Amino acid sequence: MIYQGKQKIWADYQKEIPDNHWFYVRSCIRQNFFPGSEKMFLEICRNVLKKDFFETEYHTTCGGIAYHCDTIPQETVMTIVARQFALMTEAGYENYVASCITSFGNYAEIIETWREFPEVETRIRELLWKACRREFKIPKNLAHASDLIYKYRNEIAARAKYRLVNRYTGEPLKVVEHIGCHYAKMFPSKGVGGAEYPYVLCGMIESWGGNVIDYPERRHCCGYGFRQYHVKANRGYSLSNTYKKFESMEPYHPDFILTNCPGCPYFMDRWQYVIAETEGKTYGGNGYGIPVLTYEELASLVLGYDPWDIGMQLHQVAVEPLLDKIGIAYDPKEKYKGLNEKDLMRPELPGVLRCC
Amino acid sequence: MKENIVIIGGGIAGLEAAAQLLSLGYKPIIIEKSDHLGGHVAEWNCLFPDMTPARDIVSSLAARSADANIFLNTEISFVNKLKDSYNIMLSNGISIITKIILVTTGFSVFDAAKKEEYGYGVYDQVITNRDLEHWFNTGEDKRVNDCGMNAVGFVHCVGSRDEKARNPQCSKVCCITAVKQAIELKQKFPDAMVYCFYMDLRMFGKKYEDFYISAQRDYGVRFIRGRVSEVSENIDGRVIVKAEDTLSGKPVKVTLDLLVLMAGMVCSPDSTRVANMARLPVDSDGFLKSEDNVADIISSPKEGVFYAGACTGPKTVPETLAEARAAALKVHLYIKGLE
Amino acid sequence: MDFGFKLSPSSAINLDKVDLSRFEKLHGIEPDIIKCMACGSCTSSCPANRFSGMSLRKVILDLQRGREKEALGMLRNCMLCGKCTMVCPRGINTRHLILSICRIYGEDGK
Repeated sequence: MIYQGKQKIWADYQKEIPDNHWFYVRSCIRQNFFPGSEKMFLEICRNVLKKDFFETEYHTTCGGIAYHCDTIPQETVMTIVARQFALMTEAGYENYVASCITSFGNYAEIIETWREFPEVETRIRELLWKACRREFKIPKNLAHASDLIYKYRNEIAARAKYRLVNRYTGEPLKVVEHIGCHYAKMFPSKGVGGAEYPYVLCGMIESWGGNVIDYPERRHCCGYGFRQYHVKANRGYSLSNTYKKFESMEPYHPDFILTNCPGCPYFMDRWQYVIAETEGKTYGGNGYGIPVLTYEELASLVLGYDPWDIGMQLHQVAVEPLLDKIGIAYDPKEKYKGLNEKDLMRPELPGVLRCC
Repeated sequence: MKENIVIIGGGIAGLEAAAQLLSLGYKPIIIEKSDHLGGHVAEWNCLFPDMTPARDIVSSLAARSADANIFLNTEISFVNKLKDSYNIMLSNGISIITKIILVTTGFSVFDAAKKEEYGYGVYDQVITNRDLEHWFNTGEDKRVNDCGMNAVGFVHCVGSRDEKARNPQCSKVCCITAVKQAIELKQKFPDAMVYCFYMDLRMFGKKYEDFYISAQRDYGVRFIRGRVSEVSENIDGRVIVKAEDTLSGKPVKVTLDLLVLMAGMVCSPDSTRVANMARLPVDSDGFLKSEDNVADIISSPKEGVFYAGACTGPKTVPETLAEARAAALKVHLYIKGLE
Repeated sequence: MDFGFKLSPSSAINLDKVDLSRFEKLHGIEPDIIKCMACGSCTSSCPANRFSGMSLRKVILDLQRGREKEALGMLRNCMLCGKCTMVCPRGINTRHLILSICRIYGEDGK
C-alpha cells in the first residue's frame, strides 16, 4: 500500500463544507437503530463546538426508501424533497445537512437532475406550490452529517478525553471504516475522498489516534439494500454480503468498525449474531463480535460521554471489550438503566455470540 | 534546396521522415522537447511480433537522420502565420521562417492512475505496460518481485474504449503488446500463471494471430474475457482482481503477485499545444484532424502543414514509419509544387 | 437456529482455489485445448446441443474453472459424430479431445 498514492486521490476529492449554520434533517430509521447518535450529533455540534444547527419538527422522510424500493415515482420523491428545501428556506438557512446516507444520495441525485433538466425543477416547483403553497431555494451546500464531524475532527481531537489507542499494548486501534453506498458511489465528487478510497471516516480515525485497515472487500456493500433485507425471501443475500465482508476483514483482527450509514452499522452489528447462530462463527476476540459504531457514537466516546448515555447498550455486539481497550470508564450495573434510573430490563443472551 | 522544413517531434515518425528528406537532398530541422531522440519507442525493450530490439530501431533511425538540424530540449514558444509561411519561435530563442511544418508530436500514454479502481500508485503490485518495459530494460522496479512470481495478470483496455475516461477509441497496440509482454513474463517465470483480462482481442496485424496462438499453445497464457472491475490488496500485500468471466457468465476473482495495466494511447498535450498555436483542428477522438481520414491522413487542412504518426490516432511502429515515409514524399512534392 | 433464511452460496469462481492438476495432465496430451478462443462453432453445429445443452466450448471453459462435474455432465450427451472437429477454426481435434477428457477425468470411477 502506497499511502501517498491515496493522499493524492483524497486531495482530488475535497468538497466545500461551511463551518457553521446548518439545517439538520434526521433519518427515518436511525433513532430506532442507534437512538443516541442523532442526539449526540446535535449535542456535540451545538453544545461542545458552539455551532448553529437548526432542526424543525415539521420535516418528514425524504422518501428515499420508498423511491429505492420502487414504490413511489421520482416526481413524488422530488416533491417531498422540495418541501424539505422549502422548510430550510423558510428557516433562513442555505446549508443542508442530512443524517442519513440514502437521504444525502437522494438530495444529491435530485439537485443534479434539476441542474441537468431545469424543466423538471420547474414542474416540481409547480407541484409543490399546488400541494402546499410553499417555495424553496436549492441549498448552497449539501453535506452528510459525517462530513461535518470530519470537518470538526481536529476540534474534537483537541477536546478528546480518550485516544483510539490500545492501552494494554500502546498500539493504535485497528479500525475498519465502512461507507454507505449512497454516500459517494453515485457521485464520487460529492463525498470527501471520492468513492474508491473515501476519506471521510479515515480522517476521523487518523485524527483520533487509530489506524485504518484496508481489507480486500472494503468497498463492498454491507448487504442491507432496501429490496434485500425488507423482503424476507431475499434476506439471505443481505446476510451473505455482510458475511463476505467479515470473512475478508477477519485476518486483520479489527478492534471495531466505524460506519456513516443508517443501515450498515445495524446490519453489520445484528448479522454477527445471526452468523454466530447459523455458522457458529464469531469475529472478535474470545468469542465476542466486532463492535460496530456510528461516527457520532465514536466522537461521543472520545469526548468522554458515558457509554450508556449514548445508547451503546442497544448494540447486539458487546462494546465492553472495546471500552476496556480504550480505557473508557463505565459502570456495568448502569448498562440497562434508562433516564431517572428506569429499568430497561436485560435482553436474553445469545447462545453462541458472547455478550456482556 | 534551401527550403526550411520543420519537423516537430523527434520520435520515430520525425526521425524516419527526416531520414527520407535527407536522402531527397533536404536539410530538415527536428525540434525535440526531451533530451533524447526516439520518443516512446526509445523507452521500450522489444517490439512485436518478431521481438525486434527497440534500441536497434531507434539507433538506426538516429544514425540515418543524424545530418538533420536537431534541437534537443527545445519547445515551440509560438507559431505565427505570415503571408505564405510560418514563423516558429523556439524556447532557445531561435526563430525559423518556414513554409513547411511536419507535425510528428505522437501520443501520450494514458495516465493509469485515473482509473482509480485499479489502484495504480496506490497498490504496490500494480504497474503499467510502460513500467514493465522499463523493468525489462533495466531490471529495476521494486514492485516486480523476482522471487515470488506465481501469478500475473494483464488488464487490457485501460483508458481505451472507455467513455468515462473520455477515450472512446481503441488504442490498437495494447492487445498485441499484452500478448507480447505475457509471453516475455512466461519466459522469465515459466511456472507463473499468466492471465489476460480482455474485452475483445484485436489481432489485426501481420503475424499477430500467430503470436496469440503461440501465447496460448506454447506458453499457456490464460485469456479471460471480462474487464477487471476492481482491484484490492490482501493482507500479504498481493492484489485481488475481480472480473466477470463473461464466457461462463460468472464472477471470477484471483490473487496476483503483479498486475500490469495496458495503458492506452491518448493525444499528447504537446500535439494539442501545437494544434492551438498553428490553428489546426482536432478530431472528435481528441487527436489531430486530417484532411481526410481515408484518402489523405497525412495532410492537415492548413497549407504546408503535414502529419505523420500517432498525432492523428493510435498507430503501430510499422504504420508510423510508413506514414513518415509518405509524409516525406508529400513534403517533397509540395516543395516541387512551390517551385 | 432457523431464521427462515440463510447464507447464499457464492457463484464466484475463485481461481486461487481451482485445482488444475487434471487439466494440466489433459493439456499434456492435448496441447491444443488451450488454443480454443470460444468462438462457439462447435456448439452451434453440435447435434446434441439443442436437445441436451451439450457445448464443447463450455466444457473446455468449465474444466479450466474447476467446474468438472458440469463439464462431464454435458459430455455424457456427446454422440462423437465429429462435426465439431470439422468446423473448429483453430484446428483442434475435438473428437480426440473429448475421448481424452473422458479418459483422464473418468479415472477415479466417473
